[in-house]
Amino acid sequence: MDTNQYLSIFIDESNDHLQSLNENILRLEQQPDDIDIVQVIFRSAHTLKGMSAAMGFEDLASLTHEMENVLDLVRNGKLSMNDHMFDALFRCLDALEAMVQDVIKGGTGSGDVAELVERLKSIVTGDAENNTSESSSSASADIPANLILDQFQLSVLSQSLESGHRVYYIEVKVQENCILKAARAYMVFDVLERNGEVVKAHPSVEEIEQEKFGNSFAVYYISQVDEAELRDSICRVSEIESVTITAVDKSSLSDVAHSESYRQPAADAVKETAAASASAAVLPSTAVIPARSAVPAAAGGGAAAARTIRVDIERLDSLMNLLSELLIDRVRLEQLSSEVKRGDLTETVEHMARVSADLQNIVLKMRMVPVDSVFNRFPRMVRDVAKSLGKKVDLVITGADTELDRTVIDEIGDPLVHLIRNAVDHGLESISERTAAGKPETGTVHLRAYHSGNHVFIEIEEDGKGIDRAKVLQTAVKRGIVPAEEASSLSEDQVNMLIFAPGFSTADKVTDLSGRGVGLDVVKSKISSLGGDVSVQTKQGSGTKFTIQLPLTLSIIAAMLVKLGSEKYAFPLSSIIETGSIRKADIKSVHGNFVTEYRSSIIPVLSLAAVVDSPGYREDNEAETEMLVIRKGDKLAAVLVDEFIGQNEIVLKPLGEYLRNLDVVSGATILGDGQVALIIDPNTLIK
Amino acid sequence: MAEEMKVIVFALGREEYGIEVDKVRTIERMMPITRVPKTPDFVKGVINLRGVVIPVIDLRGRFGLEETEPGDNSRIIIVAAADLEVGFIVDSANDVMDLMSDTIENPPEVVGGVKAKYLSGVAKLDGNRLLILLNLAEVLNRSEIIQLERVVE
Repeated sequence: MDTNQYLSIFIDESNDHLQSLNENILRLEQQPDDIDIVQVIFRSAHTLKGMSAAMGFEDLASLTHEMENVLDLVRNGKLSMNDHMFDALFRCLDALEAMVQDVIKGGTGSGDVAELVERLKSIVTGDAENNTSESSSSASADIPANLILDQFQLSVLSQSLESGHRVYYIEVKVQENCILKAARAYMVFDVLERNGEVVKAHPSVEEIEQEKFGNSFAVYYISQVDEAELRDSICRVSEIESVTITAVDKSSLSDVAHSESYRQPAADAVKETAAASASAAVLPSTAVIPARSAVPAAAGGGAAAARTIRVDIERLDSLMNLLSELLIDRVRLEQLSSEVKRGDLTETVEHMARVSADLQNIVLKMRMVPVDSVFNRFPRMVRDVAKSLGKKVDLVITGADTELDRTVIDEIGDPLVHLIRNAVDHGLESISERTAAGKPETGTVHLRAYHSGNHVFIEIEEDGKGIDRAKVLQTAVKRGIVPAEEASSLSEDQVNMLIFAPGFSTADKVTDLSGRGVGLDVVKSKISSLGGDVSVQTKQGSGTKFTIQLPLTLSIIAAMLVKLGSEKYAFPLSSIIETGSIRKADIKSVHGNFVTEYRSSIIPVLSLAAVVDSPGYREDNEAETEMLVIRKGDKLAAVLVDEFIGQNEIVLKPLGEYLRNLDVVSGATILGDGQVALIIDPNTLIK
Repeated sequence: MAEEMKVIVFALGREEYGIEVDKVRTIERMMPITRVPKTPDFVKGVINLRGVVIPVIDLRGRFGLEETEPGDNSRIIIVAAADLEVGFIVDSANDVMDLMSDTIENPPEVVGGVKAKYLSGVAKLDGNRLLILLNLAEVLNRSEIIQLERVVE
């Protein structure tokens, strides 16, 4: 079989499974007795094994196979998790990740797994032997043949019975020589779902779809149809050997309820039910908060994955382009209909306007991704960093469901990794220092994301030792970042910003993690290139907070539209401090440069018309003209314009490769009337 | 072996020019053009082509010919070559033609005031017509935007 076409699917899904393994093993470390989590981990490992084997990645498959063996013992209660095992599992995950990365790069996905396999095997044989004799008798979990319903499914069934529906327990046997078992099973499900609802299936629907069942499967099913008709319609599916239908009534249902022992049900088959959608909704916010993460996250995991599809970002871009065309046509139509003045036309156009506005919202939202997709790798990272430094660290993530534009998400990962490593490495003290300072042994790192206005803020706050002002100044002077004589006059904020200067590092010794003097300046320039900003607040002895401010999206910005004669230009609102008007008499000439007084300081005055060589407008012959006060860093300038049109959300468009590297103009946008307006880059106006 | 190629035929002044059909994306009527400051004169600005912003240059200006006001027959030919998408303003564009490659000859030094380096060849057509084929890579050469090179008169 040519497996190439499945490679990208394999890569995507492997990454998903690895991520879920990572998250769940971390959670298990918090709650080692929670068998539900083990179940989820086991299923992920199992699927990964199946996929790898199918794709011919033997090393991946053999490692996951051993992991599965260990997990199998754990979930059957024959083995309990310990530190040694967690470390082994994490090592395995790293190895798996490396192998998948190799596959992505076009490699064969091979890796040296012998040592890890041995380690896992020793866990299985060594620890297991001691325990088997006593626990095997009590382990009831290995008899999955009977269907176990959870509380929710039971109540669904009993309510259906009360409202006069019929409930059946159906066992379907597929012929032994059947080739496409999954397809047959699918057809049976299709028949069933046409006439009612499948409440619970064994094996789970997902497993059935992946052909992971023997020759038979069983379902609990609610329907109005009577038994004979049901049997008839199922038997019409070819290659079905037999169908056993048992009607379930109230009393047998309660038997089922009682027979449900301590063992928790597998959670993933709940997919069709409302419970899944409810828990899927809380999933993004459950990242690491142990208190509320247990079952809903596990149930939601499977369902949420099935509800999304992957779309090439380029398709979204072209969808966006098509949409902006539509919007332009809409404006024309609106104009036409107001000229034609026909009631039914106006009505249609208005309706179209509403629909296209909704459409625009959806398209914009489609490009938004929850920051969780970046945040989800941090719990593991913090664990590893903390362990290697011998520190105890709690990472508390809030607002992981905050959404950002895809392009921002792709870029923000590395700066965040750096800041969080910094927080754990430099920010938090060692355990002994913390106890000496009267703080709890375990340090806390907060990672928060939230919306505010047109921006998303990401904060990284720890309760560590804070930034040492004296030490920062000393280093800055030593490295020549600040002249010694200026050092003492710097404000608190200015000192804090020094740590973002290139070539700055206060770490006494260079560690593997940080302190190489590259980093924070890179972080700052990266964030600036995304149109964002980073700042730091610190309090000696009680912690440091880094705040990153990011634009919601790179493709839409808020801008001030201005007019110069017949031409229109846009200024990014983020660089405008104030708009106002200025009298000609207030503009003074100093050494041939024009300046004016603005809030008791002298700032330069620029004529936009002169900068862009406006063919139709000069402010020279006006006694009073409009002005924008713009800012670059702490420098200000007044820009004279003809007229303000107003504030608008504009869609950023590149000018095209041919007009790359233009001075003054940073891009273009398409206005409501279909015309192109240029976006001025205010940074080039202030020298 | 002579190969057949398809070209879009357009006019600048009295000369007829050709661009290979697979380099041409669309041909548009004149539409509002937004001037872009700090660019050479022949860069007329940018247009909104169905949601994509595309730069437009006046081929007359590009070749150092006298620029004229666009008329009813003026067209913008959107060409795509070497990762660039650019619109050419031409006097008219109204034909697609099959050419045999063996009818194409190397261009003489100057044809109709246009330097040879912008041309890839000249094809003789029946009825004593000449079709001048453009060397798009050279016409779209960005380094000349900066140098503002003009044809020596």
